[in-house]
Amino acid sequence: MMRWRNWSLQCLVVGGVLLALYGLASIVAAKMRGLGVEPGFGFLWQRAGFDIGDALIAFDASDTYGRAFLVGLLNTVSVASVAIVASLLLGGALGLGQLARNRLLARLCEAYVELFRNVPLLLQVLIVYVLLIGRLPLPHEAWSLGPDVWLSKSGLALPWPVFTDAGLVLERPVLGRFTFSGGAVLTPEFMAVAAALTLFTAAYIAEVVRGSVQAVSKRQSEAALALGLNDAQTLRFVIVPQALRSMIPPLANQLLNLIKNSSLAVAVGYPDLVAVADTTLNQSGHAVECIAIIMAVYLFLSLVTAAIMNSWHGRLLRQQGGY
Amino acid sequence: MKRYFTPANLLLSAILLWAAWHLFDWAVLNAVFRPDAAACHALEGSGACWGVVAEKYRVIFFGRYPVEEQWRPLLAILLMLVLLGISTMKRFQNRRLSVIWLVGLAIFLLLLKGGLFGLENVDTPRWGGLPLTLILTVFGLAGAFPLAVLLALGRNGRLPAVRALCSVFIEIVRGVPLVAVLFMAAFMFPLFMPKGWDFPSLLRVLVGIILFAGAYMAEVIRGGLLAVPKGQAEAAQALGLSYWQVQLGVVLPQALRNVLPALMNSAIALFKDTSLVIIVGLFELTGALGLAVDGDPKWRAFALDGYLFIALIYWIGCFAMSRYSRSLERSV
Repeated sequence: MMRWRNWSLQCLVVGGVLLALYGLASIVAAKMRGLGVEPGFGFLWQRAGFDIGDALIAFDASDTYGRAFLVGLLNTVSVASVAIVASLLLGGALGLGQLARNRLLARLCEAYVELFRNVPLLLQVLIVYVLLIGRLPLPHEAWSLGPDVWLSKSGLALPWPVFTDAGLVLERPVLGRFTFSGGAVLTPEFMAVAAALTLFTAAYIAEVVRGSVQAVSKRQSEAALALGLNDAQTLRFVIVPQALRSMIPPLANQLLNLIKNSSLAVAVGYPDLVAVADTTLNQSGHAVECIAIIMAVYLFLSLVTAAIMNSWHGRLLRQQGGY
Repeated sequence: MKRYFTPANLLLSAILLWAAWHLFDWAVLNAVFRPDAAACHALEGSGACWGVVAEKYRVIFFGRYPVEEQWRPLLAILLMLVLLGISTMKRFQNRRLSVIWLVGLAIFLLLLKGGLFGLENVDTPRWGGLPLTLILTVFGLAGAFPLAVLLALGRNGRLPAVRALCSVFIEIVRGVPLVAVLFMAAFMFPLFMPKGWDFPSLLRVLVGIILFAGAYMAEVIRGGLLAVPKGQAEAAQALGLSYWQVQLGVVLPQALRNVLPALMNSAIALFKDTSLVIIVGLFELTGALGLAVDGDPKWRAFALDGYLFIALIYWIGCFAMSRYSRSLERSV
């Protein structure tokens, strides 16, 4: 009797959900056709009609929407990668710093974590961006940070290797009438997003690192000291390898958060995936398709990152002998 | 004692003191507190321009609310702060608190919306600033919590179809950024409504926030549910209680007590996440500042000082909440 009731209940629930989804899909399709927009992903091959200032691959207004999404995806991945590396380094240092013998340094690191965890990321991005735009000089008065490296309101201009007829050549940024051309330019928008993501995520990573290191038994460090290892050696050869085991899953969580948080770039005009999707959505009217693309891409990025972290964790556990 | 006076420590202390003095000098001594743009420009960066807050505080705190009626959002903010304050005090934590909250929230909405008792009607697009932040946070939490309980019970439950549906929903919502959910709320929800129905933007965004926060809180609650020994549910069932009586009366209270700190973390995260609604055109605290200075060339140069002030407000709010959470942890 219970089994029959359970079965019918489940069929009802699943049936209800499917019906609701079908109903929603029909309403949406009808409404879109009413607005003159044909539902479907065919629009991805249409001409985009807008420019993207900050692109890793060549893009102009005559390229397709599909290519625009690709540019956005590459931008998201590039800013996230930079922030991941920087925040792991900074967060690791801060986490270990909170456990330093030097009480002042420990308090400082704690203060950093308390400060940057309690301010919304969007606000941090805006503050860094306004700071950069306000304090950096105009391109023709750019600060020189080295040979052919220029920092100005139009960004950080660096020499970059490019393929030419003569093979791989280092292209140097050259000041034109208004701004630099050639080489690689890290725009203020990119720098603001990358910097804010790093500062914010590092605070969370610091807490994860601190928790994992503190969880390693004190006896380990005492034994290492007894064997004559100094603080740095103890940390490097005894504590950190053991702490890594409990550290990797929460660390993976923070990196996933970082990747999702990079979507805030739309607030300062950095053309990441969400920003490109926003423009496309407003221009073409394909709201459902664009949002579906955003969600699918982020789910995919989350899966890839989780898979990489899980395999690293698995390899570590096997190396250290399980348990 | 010897450890404190190492050369590295002394050098670090010296640098810190210098930096702290510089900061105090910039933020207080040389700062301009009057709404005087000329004085601010004259500073040329040697002092903070808090005058931007003195000049623009109406837009920052109340958004685009009509100026003559701004006493209403002010009262509403104070009411909300009082409600939150008394909820943390033990002597008010009884059954009457829910009634107090219901009445309080009703008065809060009445103050903002108007239309009754002689108050002029003010539509939701004009709501902004701090009241909007509070609405999104409080109503977001109020809506997300029951949803999270249902999702957690569903994901942990007996029926495989319900488990699968809840899991899929939670995993999808947790895998996408809040910005995507807000876009969905702003651009997709209107497409779902049959012709003629039109929901105000604030309501749509609130639904989006509730769905997003609900999925995250569901995972937290699910962790709590898994930590309750199976014997509790089995004993309750043996006593003849129905499924819902078992879950709501026996299992859930224990589960929630387990994860109270993590739930507070979710609440703090939600408070911070409300700042994102500027992306879909709602001017809560962060967006209101942008609104105030972007269109005003006289004050645009001092946007940074304004943002720092708003960062301070968020910091105070989050810090207070995390302190309260830590005191809760100790008392439980």
